[in-house]
Amino acid sequence: METYSFLREFADSWMLLFLFCFFIGVIFWAMRPGSSEHYKKTAESLFEYEDRPAEKGNSNG
Amino acid sequence: MGNYVKVVAFALVTLLAMIAANFARDIAYQVHALIVMIVAFAMFVITLRQTDEPLNAAADQNEYLDGVVRYGVIATVFWGIAGFAIGTFIAFQLAFPSLNLNFLDGIGNFGRLRPLHTSAVIFAFGGNALISTSFYVVQRTSAARLWGGNLAWWVFWGYQLVIVLAATGYLLGSTQAKEYAEPEWYTDLLLTVVWLAYLAVFLGTIIKRKQPHIYVANWFYLSFIVTVAMLHVFNNLSIPVSIFGSKSVQVFAGVQDAMTQWWYGHNAVGFFLTAGFLGMMYYFIPKQAERPVYSYKLSIIHFWALIFIYIWAGPHHLHYTALPDWASTLGMVFSIVLWMPSWGGMINGLMTLSGAWDKLRTDPVMRMLVISVGFYGMSTFEGPMMSIRAVNSLSHYTDWTIGHVHSGALGWNGMITFGALYFLVPRLWNRKGLYSLTAVSWHFWLATIGIVLYAAAMWVTGIMEGLMWREVDANGFLVNSFADTVAAKFPMYVVRGLGGILYVAGALIMAWNLWMTATRSPEKQAASAPSAIAQPAE
Repeated sequence: METYSFLREFADSWMLLFLFCFFIGVIFWAMRPGSSEHYKKTAESLFEYEDRPAEKGNSNG
Repeated sequence: MGNYVKVVAFALVTLLAMIAANFARDIAYQVHALIVMIVAFAMFVITLRQTDEPLNAAADQNEYLDGVVRYGVIATVFWGIAGFAIGTFIAFQLAFPSLNLNFLDGIGNFGRLRPLHTSAVIFAFGGNALISTSFYVVQRTSAARLWGGNLAWWVFWGYQLVIVLAATGYLLGSTQAKEYAEPEWYTDLLLTVVWLAYLAVFLGTIIKRKQPHIYVANWFYLSFIVTVAMLHVFNNLSIPVSIFGSKSVQVFAGVQDAMTQWWYGHNAVGFFLTAGFLGMMYYFIPKQAERPVYSYKLSIIHFWALIFIYIWAGPHHLHYTALPDWASTLGMVFSIVLWMPSWGGMINGLMTLSGAWDKLRTDPVMRMLVISVGFYGMSTFEGPMMSIRAVNSLSHYTDWTIGHVHSGALGWNGMITFGALYFLVPRLWNRKGLYSLTAVSWHFWLATIGIVLYAAAMWVTGIMEGLMWREVDANGFLVNSFADTVAAKFPMYVVRGLGGILYVAGALIMAWNLWMTATRSPEKQAASAPSAIAQPAE
């Protein structure tokens, strides 16, 4: 099969399926149980370290 | 040691630029070679004078690298005003053709100034806003100094050099005739090097971050940097005719070239003007409102949906062309699906204010950020609608397109950048607050009324000329000549120019206000001890 036809067929079958599943996976990942608490912390993280970087070894994680 | 290498490198570049200037086959190339020669020689002298000074290699890792952000803010304001002013001038050139002044023929006529305007506002104003805010945001949200030492400075100055080469090239007729990708091969190569350095600085900072999670604004910024690198390289694949000339020939031809161009062109909108600026939205709106973003989960879905869908929308620029129907239908469908992530993001930005809507009344900077998100919602509603083939048959090639672009560019990109600048300047220059909030209100209203005049005038003239072009009489003959439509558009062109004047006036007030803030506003007390950490809101 010539390259174009092969790529075209691959793109609108397996690659499409992969991208679709990946995207659905992202939604489920964002909605996973326990994520709310985690994301709440992340969303508030931008109010820390306004003036200077974290000291060496002093990380939030 | 590093300085010896640098001195030799700058000397070599100077010499090569001299040779290039000597053998130059066209004036644009010659001028560019001379510019590069002067810059490289200046750098040679500067580096030479510092050769044996000790390198302060141990740059203080306990400080953020904000010098480059300050320069970026100044460059943003400067290029912004330059770009708006040129835009207003060419708007009046369209209304009054005699403004294509005779003595500027071949340099200052509409055809030469138009790409100067678009590149100045998108890449010089928008690009500097993106680079400087991304450097500011990635440091704060990673709790780490920028990676790569002085590489961030190279990104800044290298990018300014690209802008100067592009701008002078347009005026002297060096262009590869691709919209928003006009610069010729050597400028493209320089931009590629600068952009990869930008990617390295940004990614390096994220990798050495002290926060466990990568904040969503950085995801948007990173997607913008990566995608623009990819778009730029593929759309600018060309072979120079001569190493000593600015002319190059595209590798793609025909409909493949057109498709690549609009894949690039629309994703310049999608990733440069949308994803990057959404990174600004996700940082500056929560910061200014002093409350976390409305829904972090929604922001994650917003991000993935936006980047998965935007990349396919380009073919809607090529309805009714040689592009196959399936491809233009694909572009149209994906453009319409884009409604959802766009409005999801808009809602997320606006709802961040829930419980703090009173700030709209008291804080003009907040008002600026919110109206920018409002314009984002408007233009991302209008865009998908215009990508529908039937609507496009009326709107394409008319001023409606120009109106649409400007409600997005002036409203969304401009206003959010102004808001970010008002946020940044007091912090970067260690001031208590802005010099004048009244001036911010003036700027807000001048800019808003300017955009309304602009967009409304372009809707009227765009739909009018679309209808005039397709009007046929009982015998099937076209009713209007092209010149008839041009004459009919005159009043709207004047209104559009007035809108531009208001917008420039607002930007000048901003420049004055920011200058006064940096020089005259009372200084913030340096009270916080090094280990003090800003308290989270609430």
